[in-house]
Amino acid sequence: MAVLSNRFQDNVFFTNSDAIINWSRKSSLWPQTFGIACCAIEMISAGCARYDLDRFGVVFRPSPRQSDVMIVAGTVTRKMAPIVRRLYDQMAEPRYVIAMGTCAISGGVYNTYAVVQGVDHVVPVDIHVAGCPPRPEALLHGFVQLQEKITGTRVLRVKNPDEPAMEPS
Amino acid sequence: MVADDMPLAAVLQPFDQRVSLDHSAADMPCLLVPPADLVALCTQLRDDPALRFDFLSDICAVDIFPKTPRFMLVYHLFSVPHKWRLRVKCCLGDPATAPTVIPVWTTANWHEREAYDMYGIHFDGHPDLRRIYMWDGFDGFPMRRDFPLRGYRDDYNPMGVERPPEEGAG
Repeated sequence: MAVLSNRFQDNVFFTNSDAIINWSRKSSLWPQTFGIACCAIEMISAGCARYDLDRFGVVFRPSPRQSDVMIVAGTVTRKMAPIVRRLYDQMAEPRYVIAMGTCAISGGVYNTYAVVQGVDHVVPVDIHVAGCPPRPEALLHGFVQLQEKITGTRVLRVKNPDEPAMEPS
Repeated sequence: MVADDMPLAAVLQPFDQRVSLDHSAADMPCLLVPPADLVALCTQLRDDPALRFDFLSDICAVDIFPKTPRFMLVYHLFSVPHKWRLRVKCCLGDPATAPTVIPVWTTANWHEREAYDMYGIHFDGHPDLRRIYMWDGFDGFPMRRDFPLRGYRDDYNPMGVERPPEEGAG
């Protein structure tokens, strides 16, 4: 930075409002701190020093009121499904869901009476991260994909009727 | 521990042939008892100074549908002073009803709730017989052999089987 320090006049940047809003949204994706099966171990690993989700602005929050994204990391049992739904409902919009791992995506090997066959039966899912469990890199990739998805969102601009809505009505 | 080494004869004697030794069990002595004598036998096993089976390790249920008698309860006991293990089997019909052993071992409370939740076995005298694993309102008993592994079809479970129309399932 030394080369650039104190070399410029006061600057004015021009951009459009959606770009600023989306930039701020995608740069501070705060996930909820919860994990419901073994995928959570990989999620924790992704959050710790070796993979360090913080460098994407992804900081785990202990309350759904402060969170933007829910990582469904693990098998969603039928008994757990209403609780996951309640956590989703408590989040402020805009909110996003990452289904992490095969169990959250489709029920995985647990094709039984006790397991929800895909968390999209319970909450609307934005990003599916495949793997059993996905490696931390895969979760990072999922976050980057979510950031890409947010980048194109129309917030103040008129909605393009051909474009699928982010939030299902 | 071979069955002959354990002083069981004195305990079995008052039951007058109704309680028998199951010699097919090789790992530990095994008793067969009818439901009516279950609590009396368990109390004897716990209180007899030569045995002192003061710890109930586990209660298992077995469903051998379509054979009869359909259900069986298997109690695994442990004697902490003697370091002995003992198995007690109790055959039940359908609908299955057994007396509770909570007065003998308090820990039986949750074990019996589990057997009720998974197999639909009713325990007479249980103070709080409700489901322990499955959610309230769950229909059916999932460990029964006639329960479909994939469950019944609904919104969360599109791959389940169609519920047979005539069955109330439990």
